[in-house]
Amino acid sequence: MIDFRDQQLLEAVQAGLPVCSRPYEAIGRQIAMPESEVISRLARLRQQGLIKRLGVIVKHKRLGYRANAMVVWNIPDRQVKALAFQISRFDFVTLCYQRPRRLPDWPYNLFCMIHGKDRSAVLQQLETLSDACGLANFERDILFSRRCFKQRGALYSTPTAPVLAYG
Amino acid sequence: MDEIDRKIINTLQLGFPICSSPYRKVADPLGLSETELLSRLKALLDNGTLTRFGPLFHAEQMGGALTLAAVKAPAERFDEIAEIINAFPEVAHNYAREHTLNMWFVVATETPEQLRSALTEIERRTGLTVYDMPKIREYFVNLRLEA
Repeated sequence: MIDFRDQQLLEAVQAGLPVCSRPYEAIGRQIAMPESEVISRLARLRQQGLIKRLGVIVKHKRLGYRANAMVVWNIPDRQVKALAFQISRFDFVTLCYQRPRRLPDWPYNLFCMIHGKDRSAVLQQLETLSDACGLANFERDILFSRRCFKQRGALYSTPTAPVLAYG
Repeated sequence: MDEIDRKIINTLQLGFPICSSPYRKVADPLGLSETELLSRLKALLDNGTLTRFGPLFHAEQMGGALTLAAVKAPAERFDEIAEIINAFPEVAHNYAREHTLNMWFVVATETPEQLRSALTEIERRTGLTVYDMPKIREYFVNLRLEA
């Protein structure tokens, strides 16, 4: 469980870590917490899994990844888990989730995100994936993104509950 | 962006140390001084290569609610629908995608009740059915991409 001081700390770090020599000391100054306590609390929160990871978020396009596709499959429920683990091993797959079907319009239950330098690279990667994991016979759809209307910084915050707002 | 910047990005995507001088700990194995690492990081944040440097939270464990939702926006109302949806502060991302379900967005709120009411309100204002597809299971999240 997290206490009030954890909440304050999470709010202080969620906008981003200061880029300075002693970032945790700088965070601590904002909420009157010694650096050593900031470090021990953050380490515990990460260990508990409330902080999934600490690191940088890159802008895909700036790194030359101009195409992204959401690839979805209709996979029998009993096979989803095994296939999802296989799919997740490929480094061009950035997300892999099981989600509910919405019949009759939407028969798909496994969702992956694939990033590539361009569309043909994404499609080539998808074929590699499909062959390696034996996915060719499952119903599938590829939803390339056309436009990004909105991409807020990854976080959503209120005084009481910072939450992750990443798809 | 040069070779050193790429190395910095790839290293930092793996994670960041929690200790008194974390930047020095990252800089050392890269053969950089702490000062050089800090100035390069500032430049990468300023020019937008990196959007954020910090923690990713586990929304559900924090008590928050999150879903992926989609609508079928008719071509002639597409921009209007995008505007309505983007105006919701609960909407974090919104992408146009090639499908009859052509607008896909992530909604995040503090509580499950707020999530339900945001989706209902989006349906009311757009007049469209919202397809709500919250995750059942997360198999993999790797936001790392090689620079």
